[in-house]
Amino acid sequence: MDTHETADATQTSSEDVEWETKLRYFLNSDFVRSSPYWGLPFVIMGIAVYGGMGYNVAISLTDARGLTPPDYSLSNLDLEMYSQVFGSDAFVQATQNNLVLLVTFTTICLFLGLILAVLIDQGIRFDDKVQTIYLLPMSLSFVVTAQMWLWMFNYDNGLLNLILTPLGIGPVDWIGNPAIALGAIIFALIWQFSGYTMVVYLAGLRSLPDDQFEAARVDGASTFKTYLRIIVPQLKESSVSAAVVLMVFALKAFTFLYALTGRYRPPNGTDILATLMVREAFKFGKWAYAATIATYLMILALGVIAPYLYYQYRQGSL
Amino acid sequence: MSQSTSGSNIDVASLVEDVNLGRIAQYVLVIIFIGFFLAPLETGIMTAFKTNEAVARSVPLAPPSADGFTWGNMQFALNQLSGAFFNSLFMAIPATIGSVLFGSMAAYGLTMVRWRGQMAMLVLFLIGIFLPYQAVLVPLARFWNNIFPLASMLAPTFAALPFLEAYHSNLVPLIITHIAYGIPICTILFRSYYQSLPSSLVEAAKIDGASISKIYRRVILPISKPMFGVVFIYQFTQIYNEFLFAFTLVTGSDTPEAPVTLILPAVGASTSGIDFGIRMSAAFLAAIPTLIIYVAFAEQFAKGLRTGGG
Repeated sequence: MDTHETADATQTSSEDVEWETKLRYFLNSDFVRSSPYWGLPFVIMGIAVYGGMGYNVAISLTDARGLTPPDYSLSNLDLEMYSQVFGSDAFVQATQNNLVLLVTFTTICLFLGLILAVLIDQGIRFDDKVQTIYLLPMSLSFVVTAQMWLWMFNYDNGLLNLILTPLGIGPVDWIGNPAIALGAIIFALIWQFSGYTMVVYLAGLRSLPDDQFEAARVDGASTFKTYLRIIVPQLKESSVSAAVVLMVFALKAFTFLYALTGRYRPPNGTDILATLMVREAFKFGKWAYAATIATYLMILALGVIAPYLYYQYRQGSL
Repeated sequence: MSQSTSGSNIDVASLVEDVNLGRIAQYVLVIIFIGFFLAPLETGIMTAFKTNEAVARSVPLAPPSADGFTWGNMQFALNQLSGAFFNSLFMAIPATIGSVLFGSMAAYGLTMVRWRGQMAMLVLFLIGIFLPYQAVLVPLARFWNNIFPLASMLAPTFAALPFLEAYHSNLVPLIITHIAYGIPICTILFRSYYQSLPSSLVEAAKIDGASISKIYRRVILPISKPMFGVVFIYQFTQIYNEFLFAFTLVTGSDTPEAPVTLILPAVGASTSGIDFGIRMSAAFLAAIPTLIIYVAFAEQFAKGLRTGGG
């Protein structure tokens, strides 16, 4: 370095000493000494998550398909796949379905989970057993629950039609009819996920002090009003974190749709971005095209979680 | 809220006190929801034990009649799934252990020791939880198939090992993948636990002159035992139930190394339709490992869900 060469001998050595103490201080810092613990997991996770994401974007800029490896030469990198994707009807349809799924699934799950949590929080008997039953679907694989709902939705012998037909409704072709298939699938997903929102709300409810409830009761407020005006507004944090998890799930839900039929193409009219992406990649080998849809999906998910993380950070609860 | 919640000792006085219209409505609702959550499961179990003829004739909810009962579906399904069970466990157990250990280490380094920029590092881990796996599927397939074909490199070794066949080496990339993508969620689960520990614990050990690694081994590991239970249960359930990575990295449901989730959607299917007796039997057999864990450790599972998210 220039400064070292021009400086006189004494200054250099004192600078060296300073540099050395700095280095020693750095090596002894908690950052360095704790790095063996978080460093290795970070490298493994970082390569998989961030390396994977970057690699995916790189592939989306090529036009790789079939068995030909991606060509990363600069002249080949462009946004062609992005304009192709946005110009396709299948993509627009899948985006629409994804939005419908996201909004209805998230809203109803939150609402139903809240009702279940309040119900259990009312001091009913065997509340822990009831909670276990409500949460049971969450412990099962989508592949398993999809098979059960396939049977529930069966046209000839499914339980739903056997109940509804005598009531004058049906028999209904639940997953064969494009107009209602998405609704039927959302219904099954709500069945599986409302136990999750219940658990989140129950934790929120139980962290609230009891005396607020008592105070409201003394003031003569009904139970319903107390919940509506006092309790539920305080569950905002639970609602936000559960909503984020549900929305991110709604974007990437693939397994349930695939497992319903065991094929790349989900039931009529229920294509979402995730199923479209996997089909284009693994059935048709359109790697670049699929990577483009995946990038779009990633941006949507980031659009949900970035505000959430920022909100958490501002709250100091990160 | 203030009423007694213990269900074990039922005394008549409190029973009578409990009886009013609001209470009755509550219990009716509770029971309706129990029905709602159990109906698909109950229907499935009943169907699993019915002969083809009984499946077509009887109400799905009703138990099989004497002449409509059969073990045949279960036997058939078990035959189809037995190899896949081994594959699933062979994949899920090491993947769970790996991700849980790394998660505990990362959480310790990010919680118990303070340094600048820790928050930024934490956010990098957090994003890993919410990442849509679709965003890495194409790279994953390319990496493990074309760039680093670990499975075929390991195949000869696996063929020489006892209890294993060459094709089991195809599960190794899957195990590594599950470890890598499991690290973020395990880290956050452990972090929430470590944050709840009193800081005096680590401070006292520091004053005694314990190094960072000594504090981890002597103080943190012993008191994290309950949390290891929670994370292990949560993570094992997730990995055993997982489908998308298996679907991407294992070539098909007809390959011998396919885990249970990959095989299930094909069991009992034929050109004439789905044999629901067989399909439901297979679904229950596939669910048994996680069902056992869930029934035995429901509270730990719920805790994992609460802190970690779906």
